[in-house]
Amino acid sequence: MTDIALSHRPSPEAQKARAVLLGRSRWGVAEIAFWVIAAACYFLLPTKLSLLSEIAILGLLALSIDLVLGYAGIVTLGQGAFFGVGAYAAGLAAKYGAGSAPWSDPVIGLFIGGGFAALIGFITSFLVLRGSDLTRLMVTLGVALIVDEIVNQTKWLTGGSDGLQGVLPSAVLGIWDFDLYGKTAFIYSMVVLFVLFLLARAIVKSPFGLSLQAIKGNPLRTRAIGMPVNGRLVAIYTIGSFYAGVAGALAAQTTQFASPDYVAFHRSADALLMLVFGGAGHLYGGLLGSIIFRTMQDVLGNITPQYWQFWLGATLVALVLFVRGGILGLLSGLRDRMKRKGDAA
Amino acid sequence: MLTILFDGVAYGMLLFILAVGLCVTLGLMNFINLAHGAFAMAGGYLTITLMQQAGVPFLLCLPAAFIFAAALGLLLERTLYRHLYDKTHLDQVLFSIGLVFMSMAMIDYAYGANQQIVNLPDYLTGRLNFLGASIGVYRLFVIVICSLLVIGLQLILTQTRFGSRLRAAVDDGRVARGMGIDVTRIFAVTFAVGSGLAGLGGALGTGIISFDPTFPLKYMIYFLIVISVGGTTTITGPFLAAILLGVADVAGKYYVPAVGGFIIYTIMVLVLILRPQGLFARGPAR
Repeated sequence: MTDIALSHRPSPEAQKARAVLLGRSRWGVAEIAFWVIAAACYFLLPTKLSLLSEIAILGLLALSIDLVLGYAGIVTLGQGAFFGVGAYAAGLAAKYGAGSAPWSDPVIGLFIGGGFAALIGFITSFLVLRGSDLTRLMVTLGVALIVDEIVNQTKWLTGGSDGLQGVLPSAVLGIWDFDLYGKTAFIYSMVVLFVLFLLARAIVKSPFGLSLQAIKGNPLRTRAIGMPVNGRLVAIYTIGSFYAGVAGALAAQTTQFASPDYVAFHRSADALLMLVFGGAGHLYGGLLGSIIFRTMQDVLGNITPQYWQFWLGATLVALVLFVRGGILGLLSGLRDRMKRKGDAA
Repeated sequence: MLTILFDGVAYGMLLFILAVGLCVTLGLMNFINLAHGAFAMAGGYLTITLMQQAGVPFLLCLPAAFIFAAALGLLLERTLYRHLYDKTHLDQVLFSIGLVFMSMAMIDYAYGANQQIVNLPDYLTGRLNFLGASIGVYRLFVIVICSLLVIGLQLILTQTRFGSRLRAAVDDGRVARGMGIDVTRIFAVTFAVGSGLAGLGGALGTGIISFDPTFPLKYMIYFLIVISVGGTTTITGPFLAAILLGVADVAGKYYVPAVGGFIIYTIMVLVLILRPQGLFARGPAR
């Protein structure tokens, strides 16, 4: 009897693994503080709400790249394509669904935008399975260019280079209308960002997320221990596209506009930069990066309207040359060093 | 019909001159330099400045653009690029995008965002009639110059000692290094010449392409297509790819303006998927 009960108890190794997995998903003080501050911005910076919701949207886009690049190691220059697909899908749903209640609802719009983007992401994910970093870069870039071309040429649907006008989403869940001061837009964007962040956090802390990091570390060996590498990559690429699509849908709804600018190359590049600023592979990297990026754009843009790009480029060059892993990488490096000093003492 | 073909070939030749440096650097050092277009832009704007401000004749501007871009390339290679050879592709991409942004902002600051147009000398304007086709003198000029350059490059690559060292280094850098070939120096020289050719291409392009600060980003795509279709192991591959792209682009814009770009990008993606080493390349992908 006792023997059977004993054998049901997990082995010490299994317990250890369980503790490690649970420990990975515990919330730190800094994490909680981050979200409290983010929520407090509503009261602290009431005049900057539209900027803040833009930051939240860009952060979501950068988060989508983090899932694909930071965790699974797929180098992409075309995440803007999914952002644009999401924006246009949600924008069109809001435009043509206006009046007929469920279709113009923003939350439904999010799913339409994210769903379309995920569909395109799923189809194109098979293209990034093969090849080196360079091939992946160019294939993702090529897909983004094709989407850009489609948006520009299907004038009857997307409005071409004039952008999609008349996107008028109804009230969120039929209750909260979008207002002029961007209050609803801010809360709405933040809630969506937070919910999707929780989901992303759960994904990357799960065994599935761990397997992605293993693939990033060494695809050959991961395949050798029996991991379905291609399946995992397709899954995370599709999830990443969904995230980018939702970000695009949010952008279209809160600005009531969608333009080819959403699909353009610089959109993908900017989002990648944000992630790299903040540090890839931490989930918070993209969020921090989008805050820094957008603030920098605002401040430097006020000093020299069109030349802030120079400082952006200079920062990027310096970052690659001197700081590996972005701001979060720098911080965790410092923490490790302090810990080591503490251990030595 | 013949005119379009002719224009396309001229455009393709130009693209080749612009992109060839990138092909070699990619093949040699496995380095993704998205900022290649910035060197072409430097050459183009130098030509514009020299001609408009200093009244330098156009033909003198061409070598000046080559030297200027080559010097710039050498300088950047020695100071910045060489730190990045052993970094990941992502770092290389980010670094060179950073350079592109800086170059765009600098040109914007110095010249403004307007398109720059150059007044070509009289003997290069006008059109000739040849077999019923109307041929621009300037495009003929571009074709002649580029053909000479292509032949010259091919001869250097196949006939000289430097050429065989370069080919050895591209084929297998480690073995070449083991045989006592100074790959680092070869690379510095090649990088400088490649940048110089881009600058020369930019100078030649002033008569065909309109220059504005977004040039490096706009043409980055074309360079990448030339490389992906042509491969990086030969010089003829990118050449054929560039001609094809030039003709397809000009013809596409003329006949089916609505879907021209769409077709080109689709072909690029397909080639990348089906033949990652390039359409005309030999051997397996590196």
